[in-house]
Amino acid sequence: MKKRFFSLALAAAMAASLTACGGSGDTATTTQAPTADAAGTESTAASAAETEAPTADAGATWKIGAIGPLTGGAAIYGNAVVNGAQIAVDEINAAGGINGFQIEYMSADDEHDAEKAVNAYNSLKDKGMQLLVGTTTSNPCIAVADKTAADNMFQLTPSGSAVECAANPNVFRVCFSDPDQGAASAKYIGEHKLATKIAVIYDSSDVYSSGIYAKFAAEAANQGLEIVAEEAFTADTNKDFTTQLQKAKDAGAELVFLPFYYTEAALVLTQANTMGWDPLFFGCDGMDGILGVKNFDTSLAEGLMLLTPFAADAEDDLTVSFVTTYKEKYGDIPNQFAADSYDAVYAIKAALEDANANPEMSVSDICEAAKASMVKISVDGLTGAGMTWNAEGEPSKEPKAVKIEGGAYVSME
Amino acid sequence: MSFLSYLISGISLGSVYAIIALGYTMVYGIAKMLNFAHGDIIMVGGYMVFIVVSTMGMPPAAGILTAVVVCTLLGVTVERIAYKPLRGASPLAVLITAIGVSYLLQNLALLLWGADTKAFTSVVAIEPLRLAEGQLMITGETIVTITTCIVVMVTLTAFINKTKTGQAMLAVSEDKGAATLMGINVNRTIAITFAIGSALAAVAGVLLCSAYPSLTPYTGAMPGIKAFVAAVFGGIGSIPGAMIGGILLGVIENLSKAYISSQLSDAIVFSVLIIVLLVRPTGIMGKKISEKV
Repeated sequence: MKKRFFSLALAAAMAASLTACGGSGDTATTTQAPTADAAGTESTAASAAETEAPTADAGATWKIGAIGPLTGGAAIYGNAVVNGAQIAVDEINAAGGINGFQIEYMSADDEHDAEKAVNAYNSLKDKGMQLLVGTTTSNPCIAVADKTAADNMFQLTPSGSAVECAANPNVFRVCFSDPDQGAASAKYIGEHKLATKIAVIYDSSDVYSSGIYAKFAAEAANQGLEIVAEEAFTADTNKDFTTQLQKAKDAGAELVFLPFYYTEAALVLTQANTMGWDPLFFGCDGMDGILGVKNFDTSLAEGLMLLTPFAADAEDDLTVSFVTTYKEKYGDIPNQFAADSYDAVYAIKAALEDANANPEMSVSDICEAAKASMVKISVDGLTGAGMTWNAEGEPSKEPKAVKIEGGAYVSME
Repeated sequence: MSFLSYLISGISLGSVYAIIALGYTMVYGIAKMLNFAHGDIIMVGGYMVFIVVSTMGMPPAAGILTAVVVCTLLGVTVERIAYKPLRGASPLAVLITAIGVSYLLQNLALLLWGADTKAFTSVVAIEPLRLAEGQLMITGETIVTITTCIVVMVTLTAFINKTKTGQAMLAVSEDKGAATLMGINVNRTIAITFAIGSALAAVAGVLLCSAYPSLTPYTGAMPGIKAFVAAVFGGIGSIPGAMIGGILLGVIENLSKAYISSQLSDAIVFSVLIIVLLVRPTGIMGKKISEKV
């Protein structure tokens, strides 16, 4: 009985793969996607055929895909990225598309898991994706970046901040890299003489947090800042921070640097308040969103400073219109991930327009064209004015420091 | 002085582990199965209070009552649908099902309430106790959690030893087959065990979220695992053992954070667990299983 089920399942799987191959065989082969990845597994072989140019109909469209965790613990980031890109796509389509071609937008879930991200990438590729906005989180992004490099598909990650995310020549990013954030934070604290005795609490189980921390510590030495306490926690011990705070307090810290996400930061602030300790708190972009925590007593975050590329309360027209649309469509105030992916879509538009590319070109040709144009364009986006990129894929923009005052983010000079 | 404050924060953390461990150990002691979904029932309890108190603006008592009722129903339903059909199956099958239920609950919560973090308003209105001119502080949540732990521990022990249902539970835990022969309704007894275990989970959820006020669909998962470790540490199946194990775990965790390394605290906690289990395989308070030669 079991055997029969097994063979049935096998037969079904074979039938499915056959139809998949059949589907890809229909499209005309124009150029062979270069396969730098020597590991020519079946899936890459099948998908290599999929990456060929779409049928040259009059109604050709750009096929842009987005990948991020839509479910799971990091779902808040993936949904923000997918929604932010959706708004940009809608705006661009309404305004006539890119070079006159409409965008067909699709998204897939990676559950913040490297393996699932590669699956998501393959499935989007099967649907004809030509350019990738993603992925959202660092670890999956590194895995997918190797795949896009093998397929030579243009990839622009809105928020993959680990250094390795943009290591391949076909990958660019919108956000700052982790080391940049750490160094920028130390510089900011030093230059503005916020404090000299600093305590750091960081998540040693997270590449984002420990990456920022390492660079922060290095730059702090140059800025004459003294790190009096370096305390870690892990994903398994992220509830109780009283011990770390007590040690920081005993060491005489004037400022506590918190390079991690706001979920834990909300607890840190609550526990410091219960202890009756009120130092300066300074965070990074992961802190953005703390005011959006439902039912959070925002008075606890009063005076909290953070470096973030995007402040939802900024009063420039672009931010106001983005925030209004986002609220209307999704009922939430967008965070920087949404802003990053919105900018990513516009950066792609700018690059494709600069290259005068069209969707009938092959994926690889689009990638080459976009790559060449990325370093030439300048984008005025939500996360920075006059953003430019270098050939390494790193953006150049000024970090904005914001301070929480009266329950709102206020930009600092 | 700072040692005392580290000790106190260790006890606060430990008391939360203890109250979760009580539910774990209760279900394990009777039904002889590890209900890995326990941590997620805790999370559901947290969300119930959040919805009733913070969203609907009802008094905390109504929230706690709702949480207890919903969690009890949920626990009994899960048992009925997922565990009962596997009564005769191997323990491994039940264990895997429990892990499946755990993921199911997490993902249902994700669908229903979303992934964003919610700040929980503490239901404890007691002012923190300040000692030594305010240098030491014991929060109201800690006081309530420890008191609840002791009350639950005493009540459960009395319930199991003194009532007919309790005796039936003991009989079921020793030998299901023999219990059936004695006229005990095994299914009903296990259902009651799950009802009590889940009601305890609701209470634990309220206290966990009051002490550490952030609520996500994954809130219960890690404390659940830690509490399971605490229950094994104290001797799984032993009700006082769960409480002692929980508090010890919290204290060891915080003291190693304070004096050894904040990065290595988990490694140290689990090394202690390994050593304890090497010396006493049944845990600190575990029953000795005497072997007849």
